[in-house]
Amino acid sequence: MAGNSEPLTPRAKLAVTAGKAAAAVSRAAGRGSGSVIGGRVALRVDPDLLARLAGHLDVVLVSATNGKTTTTRLLAEALRANGPVVSNALGANMPAGITSALAGGADARYGVIEVDEKYLAGVARDVAPKAIALLNLSRDQLDRAAETRMLAEHWREGLSGTDAIVIANADDPLITWAASSCPTVVWVAAGQEWKDDAWSCPSCGGVLQRPSDDWFCGDCGFRRPTPTWALSGDHVIDPYGAAWPIRLQLPGRANKSNAAVSAAAAAAFGVEPKVALERMYAVQAVAGRYDVVTYLERELRLLLAKNPAGWLETFSLIDGPPTPVILSVNARGADGTDTSWLWDVDYTRLAGHPIYVIGDRKLDLAVRLEVAGLDFRVCADVDEAVRSAPPGRIETIANYTAFQDLRRRVGN
Amino acid sequence: MSDSSLRLVWVYPDLLSTYGDQGNALVVERRARQRRLNVSRIDVRSDQPIPTSGDIYLIGGGEDRPQRLAAERLRRDGGLNRAVANGAIVFSVCAGYQILGHEFVNDLGRPEAGLGLLDVVSVRGDGERCVGDVLADIDPRLGLPPLTGFENHQGITHVGPSARPLATVRYGKGNGTGDGTEGAYNDTVFGTYMHGPVMARNPQIADLLLKLALDVNALPPVDDQWYEALRTERIAAAGQPA
Repeated sequence: MAGNSEPLTPRAKLAVTAGKAAAAVSRAAGRGSGSVIGGRVALRVDPDLLARLAGHLDVVLVSATNGKTTTTRLLAEALRANGPVVSNALGANMPAGITSALAGGADARYGVIEVDEKYLAGVARDVAPKAIALLNLSRDQLDRAAETRMLAEHWREGLSGTDAIVIANADDPLITWAASSCPTVVWVAAGQEWKDDAWSCPSCGGVLQRPSDDWFCGDCGFRRPTPTWALSGDHVIDPYGAAWPIRLQLPGRANKSNAAVSAAAAAAFGVEPKVALERMYAVQAVAGRYDVVTYLERELRLLLAKNPAGWLETFSLIDGPPTPVILSVNARGADGTDTSWLWDVDYTRLAGHPIYVIGDRKLDLAVRLEVAGLDFRVCADVDEAVRSAPPGRIETIANYTAFQDLRRRVGN
Repeated sequence: MSDSSLRLVWVYPDLLSTYGDQGNALVVERRARQRRLNVSRIDVRSDQPIPTSGDIYLIGGGEDRPQRLAAERLRRDGGLNRAVANGAIVFSVCAGYQILGHEFVNDLGRPEAGLGLLDVVSVRGDGERCVGDVLADIDPRLGLPPLTGFENHQGITHVGPSARPLATVRYGKGNGTGDGTEGAYNDTVFGTYMHGPVMARNPQIADLLLKLALDVNALPPVDDQWYEALRTERIAAAGQPA
């Protein structure tokens, strides 16, 4: 079925053209890449466009709270071993952005699509994917997003009849709950450091028991499924027990986890784990994340952390003390306007690092760090923070709009 | 106060720790240690009994189903009611606040019995969810500066005659009853809709709980410069568009 490019209907063609025109206008007006507005216009002309555009593709969807953009990149790189790929690599992950990305993929064989958590069930219905990769679910922007367990429930209902092969992280009880209604699931022991959204059984509400890496509910028997793939240190273990080395330019355990899920997903498309993992090495910075830039004659590594689980994974990948750390937090619409989540992050992990605090909500962060008993300095902006930091590469950790501000400021 | 150390109990973090309210425990603990008090913090999961010998109990906000589960387990356990009968201090937020009342509406849309420790009854609002920064004046009897916080709730809470509203809102919804009240308290039991967490933005409330637990009128001062800077910023921001 791949590569079979059935011609688009006249209406779909018109929709694509209208979308491209709107995107061009948006770009000319200096409003970013125009991919979202282009998709929105195109979908208005032809609401079934997404399904039509995906018709000739073997599609895999990627969704999660954290790691979906990076995993999309890793998996796209892996599938390129077998043919051309179209992907929403820039992270425009709602239906309009996805439509826009697919409109540019007439010659592609595969579609690797990142999907916002809220839209997963709907997009899965529209594009009839061959596979769906589900990484993790945790608290994120609770002032405007659905409750975490409700999201898992929504996935569970929306995906229950899917024909897709679902590749799911068995170490996340909420992911397991969401995926276990699907007919075909490939379980991956991909790990998860953050545990505080799944102490309560998603099925019956009992208290989950979590001895070492295992988890189960003592009340109803819901438990961690036996994985066929696993992340084990720096290796991916495949279903035959073979261990394949992970070599990435991207740092951290979380990215190894993303690579393990990507390898399992790539296998569903006939790409050998060895080939898939070797190809993933090509992925460098993802939308500026993990990028190392020079600014004011200093090296800064730019790290994005949007929620407590993301901050936890980020702390585990930064260079140890006395590496200086700049923290930046905003609370604009895209970040969530509530900063309470700062208190779910264990900042004592930064003990020993010189810490510099910036961003719209630096005072929230200052109180948080004071209560954690850490030394820190509040700075007016990144320039002051960089100039104040002792020698060495600086780790810069920022939440969503703070990260965008930072990229603009340091010219990345 | 029992023994020589202050016992701080954080109730059901597995169910009611969704909105950063564990910050309240961190702030109370920190400010007690800064006064050279011996503090032991006890986190009690919902499959463990609530100890009855705590001095201060803190309960946070949570999602709708965990709230029902927490109410069921707290009723069955009975430990919190025994602790309050022994004079313990309780401070609760949002879902926890509703649980301390006589009744609230659970995730199944049905009335759920609370613990009856605070004379309030909560129902579910059918309007928009109350989300945003809040500024309120705390009941003058408590002698505290204005209350700043962040609310995120659908519930509406009516305060009965044997409790008093904790504060009167200047900006925000608070109890959502339309009469401008926010939160409720009696001698030793407090409830609020304020996240933030509330102690981080109002450390004077943490000190109030410490004073009540220690039965003293004053505590040695601590350096509040960052708390004060944050308070000034948030008080100015309340009522402004986000």
